[in-house]
Amino acid sequence: MVAVTAGDWFSTPENYVFLAIALPLVFAGWRVVTSSNVVHAVLYLVGALGGSAALFLLLGAEFVAWAVVLVYIGAVVVLFLFGIMITRAPIGVEVELSHPLRVRISAALVSGALFVLIAIAALTAFGSESIPEAEVTRTADIGQSIFERFVIPFEVVSVVLLAALVGGIVIARRDPSPEEIAAGKETL
Amino acid sequence: MNFWLLLVIKVVVILGVVLPAALVVIYIELKVPARMQSRIGPYFAGGKYGWAQPLADGLKFLQKEDLVPDAADSSVYKLAPYVVLMGTVGTFVIIPFGPDLVARDLDLGIFYLLAISSLSTLGVLMAGWSSGNKYSLIGGLRAAAQLIAYELPLVLAVVGVAIQAQTLSLNGIVDAQASWEWFGSSPEWLNIVPPYLILQIVGFVIFATASLAELSRIPFDMPIAESELTMGYLTEYSGLRFTMFFLGEYAGMVSLAAVASTLFLGGYWLPWVGDDVLNVLGPGVLLTKVLLLSFIFIWLRWTFPRLREDQLQTMAWKWLIPASLANILATGLLKVVF
Repeated sequence: MVAVTAGDWFSTPENYVFLAIALPLVFAGWRVVTSSNVVHAVLYLVGALGGSAALFLLLGAEFVAWAVVLVYIGAVVVLFLFGIMITRAPIGVEVELSHPLRVRISAALVSGALFVLIAIAALTAFGSESIPEAEVTRTADIGQSIFERFVIPFEVVSVVLLAALVGGIVIARRDPSPEEIAAGKETL
Repeated sequence: MNFWLLLVIKVVVILGVVLPAALVVIYIELKVPARMQSRIGPYFAGGKYGWAQPLADGLKFLQKEDLVPDAADSSVYKLAPYVVLMGTVGTFVIIPFGPDLVARDLDLGIFYLLAISSLSTLGVLMAGWSSGNKYSLIGGLRAAAQLIAYELPLVLAVVGVAIQAQTLSLNGIVDAQASWEWFGSSPEWLNIVPPYLILQIVGFVIFATASLAELSRIPFDMPIAESELTMGYLTEYSGLRFTMFFLGEYAGMVSLAAVASTLFLGGYWLPWVGDDVLNVLGPGVLLTKVLLLSFIFIWLRWTFPRLREDQLQTMAWKWLIPASLANILATGLLKVVF
């Protein structure tokens, strides 16, 4: 555990790649919360998620990287966009998204505090520890650890997700009243 | 060799395969339906059989003005075709044209493929929203609903193949189809090597149906249904950007056909020859299968009427997804038993 000096930092090519990914990532994250158009905000979120996937690739975690792309960009963001567009999505600036100054300041304070908290936690946990030469994790190893060592947590998580899904349907679904059933309108 | 030089060569070769293949499929799309409808089809461009018609069309599109409507959100509008094309061309990175002829044989092959191709959905939604046109928006929404619904059976159909081959790498899947194993045992008395078309016939049918839907081709072309939506999310596009969507559609057909050939039809593999020969003949074998599948896609297009939106969703959620789950279960059971 040697403290990293500036000279070491500049002599490692990975660090330049990291900067090339991280700076656009920070910019995209900034624009997610400052865009005055909700669709633009979601598209910047795609940029931010893509950047985090690229960081995972840099760490040799191929499976996690592509899982981020498949699940977050390919499914979650697409559903976001779908939901926004099916309800309302005007082109141009939205007045509702322009908040007064005190809301902005309190939001900045909260996110700043969160940043400091996470930074302190990360620094206390890892400090100047450097990551050993990253090797690409084999997908078979991931599968083996999920389905052998972590099989019970994995199953528990899947049951929890199923319960969440059923709960979502129960909350969203309006049960027909007795009169409607009598009138033959029991379908949604 | 230098990493960057190799990268440039690979990109050029991939584009050199994808674009001509897309042009050939466009030519088939012009000529085959003509034959089916007792027409002649293109016959003038290029002198004989109108072979240069796709090129002439491409040149025509390039000359047209690249319009951005006043009501459009211009930056998103301009970016959308690139996102769609990125999702399509990205799939070719891992498609093996021979034992060594693959841009990058990723360990998580199919998983990467599903992830990168899901980007196209995003591009379609961007195009539909940013055009500032109701036809486009409705088309984009329909496309997204359809792509979400059919992405699931597509993924689940692939799982059966992955279980059978015990790998996610596409090269590994081709090798598994070339070996003498069925469900782990080796039936030597049979002495044939079946591609997964036979063992995974349910998976193949589901995969082919879902591919048609992913490509938004008739009978699944609700997103661009001309008679009600003009051209869906493509309505406002013209010139170069329209060409990109158009090429992207046919490149997408080539890429899905190539994936289907690799997963189910044995890919580049030929019996009785070694790896050296396969590296030479492989691309030809794979492209033959791709063209054959493209022909079938086109044949279906000119045979079936368009499905209604509710029929389309019913088919995905009530038939294809349960069938693919049953297929996974059966494959897993057989794999464990034998």
